Amino acid sequence: MNSILLYALAGVGLFTLGLYALIVHAHLLRKILAINVMGSGVFLVLVSLGGRTPGASPDPVPHAMVITGIVVAVSATALALALMLRVQAKTGQTLLPEERLE
Amino acid sequence: MEVAVENMPWGVMVILLPLAGALVCFLWPRRSVPLGLLGALGVVACVTGLCWQVVEQGAQRYTVGGWGAPLGIDLYADGLSLLMLMMTAVVGLGISIYSSGYFEHKTAVVFWPLWLFLWTALNALLLSADIFNLYVTLELLGLSAVALVALAGGADALTAAMRYLLVGLLGSLCYLLGVALLYHSFGSVDIAILAERMELSPAVWAAVGLMSAGLLLKTALFPLHFWLPPAHASAPVPVSALLSALVVMASFYILLRLWLEVFPPGAAAAGQLLGLLGATAVLWGGIQALRQTRLKLLIAYSTVAQMGYLFLAFPLGTSFAWKGALYLLLSHAMAKAAMFMAAGNILRFGGHDRIADLDRVAQRLPLTLAAFSLAGISIMGLPPSGGFIGKWMLLDAAFYRGQWWWALILIMGGLLTAAYVFKVVGYAFTQAEVTHEASRVPAGMEWTALVLALAAVLLGLFAPWPLALLDIGFPFSGGCAE
Repeated sequence: MNSILLYALAGVGLFTLGLYALIVHAHLLRKILAINVMGSGVFLVLVSLGGRTPGASPDPVPHAMVITGIVVAVSATALALALMLRVQAKTGQTLLPEERLE
Repeated sequence: MEVAVENMPWGVMVILLPLAGALVCFLWPRRSVPLGLLGALGVVACVTGLCWQVVEQGAQRYTVGGWGAPLGIDLYADGLSLLMLMMTAVVGLGISIYSSGYFEHKTAVVFWPLWLFLWTALNALLLSADIFNLYVTLELLGLSAVALVALAGGADALTAAMRYLLVGLLGSLCYLLGVALLYHSFGSVDIAILAERMELSPAVWAAVGLMSAGLLLKTALFPLHFWLPPAHASAPVPVSALLSALVVMASFYILLRLWLEVFPPGAAAAGQLLGLLGATAVLWGGIQALRQTRLKLLIAYSTVAQMGYLFLAFPLGTSFAWKGALYLLLSHAMAKAAMFMAAGNILRFGGHDRIADLDRVAQRLPLTLAAFSLAGISIMGLPPSGGFIGKWMLLDAAFYRGQWWWALILIMGGLLTAAYVFKVVGYAFTQAEVTHEASRVPAGMEWTALVLALAAVLLGLFAPWPLALLDIGFPFSGGCAE
């Protein structure tokens, strides 16, 4: 197994881990972090597969995509955190209603 | 003069103009309503220009900044994207006029920039020629839509917006992982290049699965629809209208593009599965709509059902079926926007939207009830509405392919729709036990709803022209299409 495949598989692993956390955890901050872990996994897959021909210089296009992706992820996280604070201010809880323990 | 109009890059203007409008509205909040309306009119003019250009000169491709594919970003306008852009322009103009009377100044200041940003993202999405650009526009669309839902400010709206955001991000990340796999397999993200190089491999199947799952989540196909009713019902009325009419169809459009042009042929089993999910959505959404006691939730569940119809085209796969589904999508967008606007008028008038307590709305808001009923006619699929043409084409394709069971779903879905529309109309004629004080509804809001509902019905009478438009650039000839 070469190192590139290892990185790509690690990316898929992070994605799966994030997905699991997103479903299992009720706290909104954990959900937002889980989404970020999933995003990092996808970025890792993109960047590592960019170097798929051994010896040659890596393909720059996936790197450009990842930079765009990071910009999107940062803005989405900012919006999510702001929304989370508003939800907490209004309901007193950082949970979605369906996950509240009665 | 004519040469200038001919060579104008209308496709780029369609994206730049609402973006500029959003920025101006943001920087000059005191004038945001007239500036926003001006921006909306400008977008409609640009879409008209693009329509003229595509009809005269055929499908258009723009290389933005002079950098062509595979490195740069291409914009591509064929009949399919043009028709979607035109529909967005018509519904968007209606929503703009409606909102100018709906919002108070404090909310309007935030609404206009966000709405124009959303329009920018939507137009860019419809013109994108590569799958990565589609990801970026999908995210922009999602972020502005979430912010608009949160605009209502109550606990319901905020939690619905939060759920909508998490679901949306999950969907786009699945899509992006698929993009990574496709780029790895073929070294390009351009749709045309991908279509040429497409070969089957496990990585491609994984990509198809991931991208479809992400997009289905965003299109709210049963059983992934759980987030839609609360988000669409708790948002301010113009936002509900634009979410149900325009935003859900964006992810459907991407799925359709990929299915028609990029994904490998031979996905017949997957098509049957999508058709089955669509059929379940039609029945489940219809039954849920019938059970609702609040008007806005009823309309939101009706959206779940109507999205299901679109997926009945996937197992059929003929170009006739695709066109039928698209025609259904067009008339649904107009009718659903009109329906939400009518619900908004009723809400403004009586201060609530409990269906059982609608107090003689038919006599006191005749224009609004006419709009609701006309929109209902199109959503039920009665002739001569646009919904009828779409359903007729799907029926025809179902019998042509010998898959008559889809016809059964179409008819049962229509009956369910009729049941919930008549339930509302029935209560609107009778006197309620609790009478309520009525407040005035601006005439502009009533007329906008009526005009959009009329447009949905008239769409059935002028069907040949839009259907011919769809053939420009042959979007239905490659990939899985027959």
